[in-house]
Amino acid sequence: MDRALLVASTFCFLLGFAYTMIALGAGNYRHSRFNFGAVALGFALQTGFLFSRGHALGRCPLTNLFEVFIFLSWSVVLLYFLVGPAYRLSLLGAFTSPLVFVFQIFALLALRDVPGAFRAEPNRWLELHAAISIVAYGAFALAGVAGAMFLVQERQLKTHRLHSFFFDLPPIHDLGIAINRLLLIGFALLTVGLLAGFAVRLDWVKVSWGVGVWLIYGAILQAENWKRVSPRRVAQLAVAAFAVTLSTLWGLNFMSSPARF
Amino acid sequence: MDVLCFGLSHQTAGVALRERFAIAEHELGEAARRLGTMEGVAEAVIVSTCNRVEFYAASKEPSLAFSALRQFVSERSASDMAEVAAFYQSSTGSCARHLFRVVCGLESMVLGETEILGQVKKAYSAATSHGSTARHLNKLFQRAFRVAKEVRTHTNITRGSVSVGSVAVDLAEKIFGQLGSCKVMILGAGETSEQTARALLSRGAKSIIVSNRNYERAAVLAAELGGAAIHFDHWDKQFDDIDILVSSTAAPHAIVTREKLAPVMQARRNRPLFVIDLAVPRDVESAINELEGVYLYDIDSLRTLSERSLALRRQDIELCESMIERHVEEFSDWLAGKRSRGVSVDAMPLAAPVSES
Repeated sequence: MDRALLVASTFCFLLGFAYTMIALGAGNYRHSRFNFGAVALGFALQTGFLFSRGHALGRCPLTNLFEVFIFLSWSVVLLYFLVGPAYRLSLLGAFTSPLVFVFQIFALLALRDVPGAFRAEPNRWLELHAAISIVAYGAFALAGVAGAMFLVQERQLKTHRLHSFFFDLPPIHDLGIAINRLLLIGFALLTVGLLAGFAVRLDWVKVSWGVGVWLIYGAILQAENWKRVSPRRVAQLAVAAFAVTLSTLWGLNFMSSPARF
Repeated sequence: MDVLCFGLSHQTAGVALRERFAIAEHELGEAARRLGTMEGVAEAVIVSTCNRVEFYAASKEPSLAFSALRQFVSERSASDMAEVAAFYQSSTGSCARHLFRVVCGLESMVLGETEILGQVKKAYSAATSHGSTARHLNKLFQRAFRVAKEVRTHTNITRGSVSVGSVAVDLAEKIFGQLGSCKVMILGAGETSEQTARALLSRGAKSIIVSNRNYERAAVLAAELGGAAIHFDHWDKQFDDIDILVSSTAAPHAIVTREKLAPVMQARRNRPLFVIDLAVPRDVESAINELEGVYLYDIDSLRTLSERSLALRRQDIELCESMIERHVEEFSDWLAGKRSRGVSVDAMPLAAPVSES
């Protein structure tokens, strides 16, 4: 039953993505209720899945890598709803849809879903650590999406090619601010997540990895605040840092035996 | 009952003739009311812009109404009937088609421009508030606004910008978002740079600095634009404070060079700089576009962008026309239905004034 919710949710994100691509291709993209509705419905179905799974497990549904990916996807959409409209970035939602679709389709097709695979005793600090950390990665994912949009828009402006598929991308100034805010939100959440993690005993591999990610994003933010790097470089770093984080999250599962799903 | 159109536009009359018949915006409502009291005219709306003067009327006796319109126009402008002969006239479907094309920007000097829709809405509101419209013109104009909205939503007819000034403004918004905090500098007080500066100010640019070899000319333009003038020898000292540079001097060589700009860009601490070079020969070295955060557009690149937009708009003319035709048919059917049922105009309620959207 809960997987059916997830399949329906994935379909909604695919629908939102397809609609946006068609509208962009036709050159008349406008913020539409259909697109927003598709993402909102997808989010509601994701929430339904996580609630149902959490209810069945009696704990936060982060007991296997499959659930981690779904929770991450949910976090990305949640943060889009919190940040996107504030910066008039309706297209950020459109570009969030494919990322979430890829995460969920990957989770559905490639990952084994054995509920409760992580057998540690339920622990509030551990659940807080895991949930907040993954919401932080959601913020980093969305910063990566905004970073990719920034780089495309910046390239178009530099090369004078403004009649392309991506004509309607938001202004680079707005994207730059959104990247900064998302990195800050992600960094603050990851800090809280790590502190919660220190309250429970975790293996050194996971702690080192978490601290490593925290240091990478801290360095990006610091460089940006000191104006040492250009907004374009920050956008590149946001994309690269998330790619590294995501790939190492996958690898971490094999390295860390106590935390393996 | 028929709907009628009587008018002249930039396509049929020169500016000298158009300005003779033009009616000031604040007089439109009263003029429409008076026209509506003339024999044969049941309802009236007058649209008067710099490119067109058009009279829309509803009448049971079109020939009588056209005579009344000629008389009204002639008396108002103290013109003889020979001049009034320059006016075109149409009725029913042709009238509806013409109005729909007008509000969609298909009859505008700049294809797809959107200002005309607002002007027609104002004219209609003025007529409505003076009680000179009823069922037929209400239906016609509200249908016209629907067509304009549909065409704007589903076609590229208003997409992009088709003048150098508006392309520059669009690019500025792609870089800075809202222009409310942007400071603009004009180098060389030429006509195109003035138009570009005005376009930037109209979209909310914060302030403007004008620099010209002839300081008096700079001071006059700065006063007109509500900005400040500086001596030409000092323009580069203001560079770290501005966001947009519009350059159009008559200098025979580049005055903004990579060598000059590179240290300034470092001092600007990653604030982007949009450089619009309208001069020929160019005022700005093309190599500055390679600097981080600098976006350089010369006159050719702006023209290329505006021509591409125009080409995109032209591609969609047929699509717009097919959408308009559907609405013309529906309106004509409605009108024919009313006519066959013999519904009295007096029995029809007035519609609420259209809202600006």
